[in-house]
Amino acid sequence: MNTFTIHYKEAKYEFLKLVRMPGYALPTLAFPVLFYLFFGVAFGSRNGSTETAKYLLATYGAFGVMGACLFGFGVTVANERGLGWLQVKRTTPMPVSAYFVAKTVMAMLFSAIIVLLLFTTGTLLGHVQITFAQMASMFAILIPGSIVFCAIGLTIGCFASSNAAPAIVNLIYLPLSFLSGLWVPIWMLPKPLQTVAFCLPPYHLAQLALRVIGFTRGGRSVGTHVLMLAIALALFTTTAVLGYRRGENA
Amino acid sequence: MLKTTIPPAELLHVTKSYGATVALHDLSFELRAGELLALLGANGAGKTTAVRCLLGLAAPDDGLARVFGDNPRDAKTRTRIGAMLQVGKVPETLKVREHIDLFSSYYPHPMPFAEVVETAALQGIENRKFGALSGGQKQRVLFAMAICGNPDVLVLDEPTVGLDVEARRAMWKQIRAFIAKGKSILLTTHYLAEAEALANRVIVINKGTLVAEGTPAEIRGDAATLEDAFIELMAS
Repeated sequence: MNTFTIHYKEAKYEFLKLVRMPGYALPTLAFPVLFYLFFGVAFGSRNGSTETAKYLLATYGAFGVMGACLFGFGVTVANERGLGWLQVKRTTPMPVSAYFVAKTVMAMLFSAIIVLLLFTTGTLLGHVQITFAQMASMFAILIPGSIVFCAIGLTIGCFASSNAAPAIVNLIYLPLSFLSGLWVPIWMLPKPLQTVAFCLPPYHLAQLALRVIGFTRGGRSVGTHVLMLAIALALFTTTAVLGYRRGENA
Repeated sequence: MLKTTIPPAELLHVTKSYGATVALHDLSFELRAGELLALLGANGAGKTTAVRCLLGLAAPDDGLARVFGDNPRDAKTRTRIGAMLQVGKVPETLKVREHIDLFSSYYPHPMPFAEVVETAALQGIENRKFGALSGGQKQRVLFAMAICGNPDVLVLDEPTVGLDVEARRAMWKQIRAFIAKGKSILLTTHYLAEAEALANRVIVINKGTLVAEGTPAEIRGDAATLEDAFIELMAS
């Protein structure tokens, strides 16, 4: 019994479990890339410019990361909690941290695969002009940023039933993406919606990634974006902990 | 009288309610070293709640749950416990070998993999995914996960529910193989033949309180079978 070994094995098997589950792996990995191919590469290059494809590389990156975390946490935790598997694990000496660290590592790994797939699609098929340093910076923003969506997913997983969780995740995932300017640039949305976007974590993560490739329109200062993400992380980590504790004594 | 030995597991005056429903009322019992104790009761009698309290999954409103004298919520205590619970869904895309490898890693002195496979009769299905197994095989894998940490106390919550006669008999064999290693087992069941076949001692609970305790023969008394005695107890 070695704490590192437990965390490592937990993460390894969490990844294997999900990657073998077509219902999770396929949509999570393929949807952001497919959407990007349609709207960024095919639709976006109508006028011969690659600016749309470049812009959407950052926003679909945020979109993909959010999906991996919301489904990976929200749906799996709700299932495992609701159908008794988490309880079986709780009878063992497994440190609770192993369970959550494993899921976080897994969500980040899926996020990394999605972002790398998008970079490949964007540069090879979309002919996006982007330097290696820019890609590295975007990667370094999007992947750690996914932790905020892990916390949101975990909150859903700790409160929602196993039946309700997929519906809830879908219900917030798509509107949240639109309202955060991940599909249509934020400045093209009506003013009241832009105000709403300021309260939404995906907006802030996407804006940080957009800055790297020179898009600042509709954004705020780096400090504001980071602060808003930090507030969201603190808020949803608290709700997730409360939700988990609630289940512990039932 | 001074208590000289600490029992492997015990509930001491445990009361537990869910809202207005009293699941357990001042329930006390102990699991003795080396025995198989069967916990009997009708559906809703409080068997699962008793098990959950004993495993530290539920906190008693009043009273104590102890495993080797310690709190079952402590990770250190849990290294000595194995549990097979009624579970709705087990991750289906992991292989039998992988499930056991992961659970073994939680414990300081796990049983060697080959011994787990032999004790739980998993020969030939080690590399199958959990989702591809039959009902009996799934129960044996859950049993394997409960014993792979080489625990001193094993808790089995209705381990043979839903199994056919053959699979049930096979599971009994595995349970006997584990008790032969000198372990203590608490088993809940509503198959009275199961208690009669396996248990050294039986406790019967009804509406969350203890109504009878003794060897299967003592509980049976003058009745023809344990089942008849059980029905009489429930009626009284």
